[in-house]
This record gives sequence, structure tokens and C-alpha cells, in this order.
Amino acid sequence: MKKSVWSMCGMCTVRCPIRVETENDEVTWIEGNPHLLDGALCAKGSAGIALLNDPERPQQPLIRKGGRGAGRWDKVSWDTALDYVAEKLNKIVDRYGPESVMMSCRGGPFVDIVKAFIHGLGSPNFTNHDSACGRNAHHASLSLYGVGRTGFAYDIKKTRHLVLFGRNILASLRVAEVNQVLDMLDSGGRLTYVDVRQTMTGIKANRFFQVRPGTDYALALGMIHEVIREKAYDQEFIDRYVSDFDALVAFVEPYDVDWAARECGIKAERLREFVRELAHDRPRVVFHPGWMVSRYRDSFYASRALHILNVLMGNIEVEGGQIFPKGPADCGVKGLRSFDGQIPKPTARRGDGVGWKYSHFDKGPGLFHLFYDTMVTEDPYPIKGLICVRHDPLSCFPDPAAQKEALDRLDLLVAIDTHYSEFGWYCDVILPESTYLERDSIIATQKGTKPRFICRNQVVAPRYDTRSLSEIIKGLADRVGIGQYFPYNSTAELQAWQLEPTGVKIEDFAEKGFVELSREPIMYDRQNLDGRFKTPSGKIEIISQKLTEAGLPSLKPYESPEKPPKGKFRLVFGRSAVHAHAHTINNPLLHELMPENTLWVNRRAAARMGVKEGDWVEVSSNGMVNTIKAHVTDFIHPEAVYMVHGFGRQVPLQTRSYHAGVGDQKLMKGMLTAMDPAGGGLCLCECMVTVKRSSKNPKRMVEL
Amino acid sequence: MNKYTLYLNSRRCIGCHGCEVHCKTNKRLPVGPILCEISHEPLKAVRGVPKTEFRFRSCYHCEDPYCVPVCPTGAMQKRADGIVFVDQEVCVGCMACVGACPWGVPQPNPETGKVVKCDYCMDRIDAGLKPACVTRCTTHALKLVALQEI
Ligand code: SF4
Ligand code: SF4
Ligand code: SF4
Ligand code: SF4
Repeated sequence: MKKSVWSMCGMCTVRCPIRVETENDEVTWIEGNPHLLDGALCAKGSAGIALLNDPERPQQPLIRKGGRGAGRWDKVSWDTALDYVAEKLNKIVDRYGPESVMMSCRGGPFVDIVKAFIHGLGSPNFTNHDSACGRNAHHASLSLYGVGRTGFAYDIKKTRHLVLFGRNILASLRVAEVNQVLDMLDSGGRLTYVDVRQTMTGIKANRFFQVRPGTDYALALGMIHEVIREKAYDQEFIDRYVSDFDALVAFVEPYDVDWAARECGIKAERLREFVRELAHDRPRVVFHPGWMVSRYRDSFYASRALHILNVLMGNIEVEGGQIFPKGPADCGVKGLRSFDGQIPKPTARRGDGVGWKYSHFDKGPGLFHLFYDTMVTEDPYPIKGLICVRHDPLSCFPDPAAQKEALDRLDLLVAIDTHYSEFGWYCDVILPESTYLERDSIIATQKGTKPRFICRNQVVAPRYDTRSLSEIIKGLADRVGIGQYFPYNSTAELQAWQLEPTGVKIEDFAEKGFVELSREPIMYDRQNLDGRFKTPSGKIEIISQKLTEAGLPSLKPYESPEKPPKGKFRLVFGRSAVHAHAHTINNPLLHELMPENTLWVNRRAAARMGVKEGDWVEVSSNGMVNTIKAHVTDFIHPEAVYMVHGFGRQVPLQTRSYHAGVGDQKLMKGMLTAMDPAGGGLCLCECMVTVKRSSKNPKRMVEL
Repeated sequence: MNKYTLYLNSRRCIGCHGCEVHCKTNKRLPVGPILCEISHEPLKAVRGVPKTEFRFRSCYHCEDPYCVPVCPTGAMQKRADGIVFVDQEVCVGCMACVGACPWGVPQPNPETGKVVKCDYCMDRIDAGLKPACVTRCTTHALKLVALQEI
């Protein structure tokens, strides 16, 4: 029998809308939802079929026997596994209190149910991966506008000039956004790209600044200086909505273009020319504040400076600029009923100190890496249980060995995941989640100028004894006595419960896979944005009251980054278009395209070390040593070496990815606590590594 | 006379290799054969920006194919509209065409022991659809172009 099902991709966290065809319960075709993506899908999206059919994933619940990480498992039934986890959770709650349990997930539109579980248990400790990703950009946005990084959508398609600092938007890709960028370029828009290396995005740019690693902030300050000097800013917008503009003018006084060009290693004239273009292109200019910006010690301030440049452009709530995403309320529709919304807020303070020790950070998901310290010190209280939902902290955060040392103090580690993560492999219990093609998810809201509800529908029956997240949560909740917060026995009941206040029916999704809440794009009146900026003063705060209260500067004087000592390089990492970090490395079809990563080394630096293309090199830091093949190229700054993140996996049951390539995070020994104090982001590009030609390169042909 | 060709708008292509996987999953191919290829030249600076162009190659569907006459069973054929394809029912996996094609276009499918190659997704074309690589190209850079006689 043939079927066509609307759903959402789950190969990366973008979750593009898709349409899937099946025949006799086999997936025969996946394409991007024709109404939203006109069929377009990326390589990973297509390779979802290979994930579905891959036996190298957990096929039934597993309980560890033998030591953690030893890889010996008892295959058990769902009842046994859920009873086991519930019993351990109940013990921890009885002995230490519910706050001793923490739960982490990958963020996104489906977190409501995860939050509800941990809050329902009575613990405030919901967290996610974001301190290794976008926290600096998020907190920078909060400190300036009072709204977080999802508080603006970028109208890239209609922009005249897109400026990207290390945001490799065409490789770390979102299908809809990629098409926006290309449409923008097709209609004559400009792209300026800044990075320490050339990328798939940079090759499409009209202008490329290859900067010295760690100098993004200097470049942004130089740009602000020049914009102000050239009076290329929107005076009216600033007068109306911005406080302490004078402080900014005074602050950037010393950071002129010549200084910035020297600091970054670029040409001053090119920078002047860039700002002259801005004057012409504004307000339809977007400075992307960054996605993964847990890089340098001052990445928070660099991101904040980029946000400030957006403000100077006056690009808020204009076509081709930054637009407030609209939600159901803007369309006169009630929002989805929230699981978390019905649960009384837990009263305990957060275990990571966010909200009390660190008052300037967003309490929402806090900062995962700070929990490691709490696990060791038991201050403010012990942490004894950790459940990770499709989040692999050992692949995501630096120094897995240090993480494991802290995790060893916990009584319960649980992984809910579709594949074997490094964390799962170290856990006590793996609760195998069905892949996205085998499961329903809760209905999600996607905000935008035309907001919508969208849902992921199960396409085929689970291949193995796996369950959906909502089933797993429900099974656990019933067993720890909080089942009342999850009032459903089937997907139909769950979705009906969510939709009930909205007036939308599940049948309404049948036509397109989503329900649009507004026919026309909704824009606010730009003359009357009062109340939209949620800062204490209601203004866009150049000097943030919250930062000041926390004893932190809002405008931080620039400090030049450390130059790598002789023989060392700064390790930077990123993504390719065919892998979504560690999640996809073992996927048969993606592994076929990119089986391992390489170390990019600048040609001159490589020549000094006698390293040629394809040679094995030893890359080491702080006693951690790994061997990887070199990719010798002109297109990376000589101070940096680069690799794609996610490789170097050590789960033996993933035979394709086992020990293939190198994991950058494993080289970052001692860096688990290296955090930008103002932004909460980790400093993942502050690791200096030694590179040398490996003794693995043969010198003689010894065998026949 | 060939009726179709695949055209890549290199300005839009982002070298994401999506088309290669779209093609494989549409034909349910295992690890091994990849029926089309995205490649690029080494980067060269153009007005200060290191640039390159992407190229797409599948099968040339030659006017006078090398692969067709060497096929002893008649599995490899050229349709009236120019599409060169292997009839899976008839192919015996002798791999004569694999050796005959100068570009290595026909490839063995390790699961069936027979040959697979790009057939412009003729089943889709015949159903009024576009080839898999075209429909799903991440950026809509690939197009199926109908050639016209001049
Ligand atoms: S970007 Fe690709 S992998 Fe990610 S959700 Fe979209 S189609 Fe799937
Ligand atoms: S899918 Fe499209 S954009 Fe991606 S490599 Fe192929 S042709 Fe280029
Ligand atoms: S397989 Fe080779 S010889 Fe045959 S039509 Fe294609 S390109 Fe020509
Ligand atoms: S036309 Fe069809 S068979 Fe040929 S490369 Fe594209 S997807 Fe593959």
C-alpha cells in the first residue's frame, strides 16, 4: 500500500518540514514540504532512510552490567527498564530531594514535554547543550534588547547586505535559509564573510575578510567606529529607542579602522569601502550575531557588537532586516496548551547557580557545564541523576575525561536517544527512542511573520523495540507519580489536548502538514515598538542594567588574543554540509561521503613542519594526543588549524565511525570550565595544539 | 536526438552533495555506487575572494554511446528520447559496459550484482515528475532542461 505523510526531518536540529512516501511500510521517497521548501532537502535529510534501516542503533532498552562504559548490556523489556529508572529516581528524590535530578535535551520546538517532566518531578534543573553553542549570542541579545536570540528573525531574502562573522550559513545549513541567501544573491544582494578560513559560504561572498583567529571583536569595533564616523547610522531610530548611545560613541573612539585592520590582519581600505556600502544599503543590512559562538574569551562581546551594528543600521522591523517573529497571539489565536505551563514552578534554586549566583543569565535552560562543578562540590546540593534526551554532552562539551570523573559521582545516568551516543555508552540505562520517521512528536509552534503550527507524524512502524519520546516520558511519569501532568494515552489524545484552546483541529494539518495562522505577513508598526524591548528600561540598552548589576562591563575594552606559542596552533572546528555533528557520523550514506575528518593546516606552516597533503600528523594538547590526516591549504590563517566536529567516536557498536577521525573536544583537556563570564558560552577556540608529522608515515616500502 | 539534459546553475550550488544522496535513496542503492558527482576546481582568488565553481556529472547519455553496443544481452539501451538506461531484468552483471564507458558511469550494485547508472529517473519523467536530484536539490540549482531542435 502507498502512503504520503507530512512530517518533519530529524536528521539535524533544524527540523525542516518534509513529505514522505511509503510503500508497504518502507520509505520510498522523502522531499522537503512542497508548500514551504518546494521539495528541497539536504544530503542528511535524504540519508534519513539509511538511519531508519541501520541496525547499528539501540534496538531495545539496555541496562548496563559491568562498569560504566564497559559496553556490556542486558537487553531488557520496556517495563523492566522504566521500572528500573523510576525506582532509582524515586530513591534519589527521597534521599536528596527532587532537585538532585537534572535533565538535558537539544532544545527546539519539542522541549515542552521534557521541561514538564523535570519540573513535574520538582526539580528546576532543566538544561541543554547551548553553552557549547549559541548562549553568548543569546545573552548578548538579551542584554541589548531584552529578548533572546530567537527574538528576531532575519529577513535574509530581502536584505541588501548580509554580513556573516564565522556563520558558515551555507554548510551549517537550514534548507529554507540557504535558499533565502541564494535568492538574495541572485537579486543583487551583497554578502560579506568574515572567518579564519575560507568556507562554502565564503566562496559565494562579494567580500571576504580572513582575520587573525580571535579578533572578531576588534573587527566589529572598527566597523562601529567607522559607521559612527561616517554617520552611516539611523539617527532617528537611535533617538527613539536606544539608551546610552553617547557612551558607545565615546567607547569606540580609539578603535578606528586602521587599528582594526592591523589587529585583524586585513586591509583598512577594504573596511572603509565596506562601511561606505553599508551607508548605502541600510536599513536592509543584517549582521548575523552568530550561531555557534562559544569560541573565544570575548565572543559574548563580539556578538553584542554585531547586535549593536544591527541597531545602528536601524534594521529592526523592516523588510530585509531583523523582524520580530510573530506568534499565535499576534494572529488572535490562542497558543497550544503547554505541558510545562500547568506545572507549579519548582521552588529550589538552580543547581548551576543560574538565576541566583549568575543573575544576568537566562534561567530557562541555565548552563549545563556548570553542573559538573556542582556534581563534584555538592554545592548548593548534590546532583545524583542525569537524563539526557538526544543530547550527548561527551561529544558536545570539552574534556570528556573530566566530565566522566564528575558523572561518576552520580547514582543514575540515563540516555534517551535514537542512536548510541558517547554519553549513552557511558550510561546506566539506554532508553531507545524511535527515529523521527518512526515516531510522532508533540505539535510545535513556529513563529515568524506568518506563524504556524506544525506537526511531525509517524511515517512507518518502528523497526525495533523503540518508543517515541512522549511514550517514554509518559511511562516514566506514571511510575514516579506525576502521570497526571501527561493526560494522554495516544498521540491522538495528546494532540487534541494540545490543540484544544486553539480552535485548530488535527484534520486541518492534512492539506499541507502545517496550519498557517495568518495569510499575510504580520509587521508591527515601526514607529511604535514601545514595550517590545524587554530590558529593565524598555529601551535598547547599550549599557545593560543587568550587566552593570552583575558587575560586568557592557562595553568591554578590547584585549588582543594570545598568539599561539611557537610550534602551536589555535584549534578551531566547524561543520560540513553532510554531517550534523556527532549524530550522523555513523550513518551509512553520510559516512560514505565523509568517513573521517582532516586537519586543515596552512600551506606555509605545513611546509615548515615538512607536512604534505594527506600526511598523518600528530595533534596534541595538554597530554592528549591524536593522529589525523593533514589537509594542506592556503585558505586558513597560519595561526589556526581546523577540523570538522563530531568525529573520533568510540562506541564499538558503531563500526563505521569507531575511531574514525579525531574529536576536537577530546583535545580540550582542562577547558570544561573555560567560560565567558559575561555570556556563559564556553571558550572552545581557546585551545592551543601542537602539530607534528606523525611517525605513522612510512619511510620505506618494507613489504612486498 | 537527446531530448533532455541536466543543467547545474553553479551560482546557486553550494557543494552540499545532497543530489548524490537524493539519487541513491530514490533508487534504493546501497553503499557503493554513486550515480552522480559534484566536484570543484581548486580555489582561486577573484577580487580578493577565494572562489570556485561546482560541476555536476551523471551520465552524458551519449548520442553514440560506448556502453550500449558492448552489452551482450541488450540490457543497456538508448530510448527514442535519448535516455540511456539498463534494463535490470535483462542485465546479467557481466560489467562489459563498466569497462566500455570512458567516464566510469555504469557501476556495479553490490546488492544485485547488476549494473546501475543514471537514467535521468525516466520512471519519474514518464510520470510527469522531475528527476530525484532535481526535485530535492537543496538550493534548486539543478534543472532538467528539455532540449529543442534548432
Ligand atoms: S537541514 Fe537537512 S538534516 Fe536538517 S532538518 Fe533540514 S533537511 Fe533535515
Ligand atoms: S544538491 Fe544541489 S546544491 Fe547540493 S551539491 Fe547537489 S546540485 Fe549542488
Ligand atoms: S554510460 Fe558512459 S558511454 Fe554510456 S551513455 Fe553514459 S557516458 Fe555515454
Ligand atoms: S537524474 Fe536520476 S538517476 Fe540521474 S543522477 Fe539524477 S537522480 Fe540520479
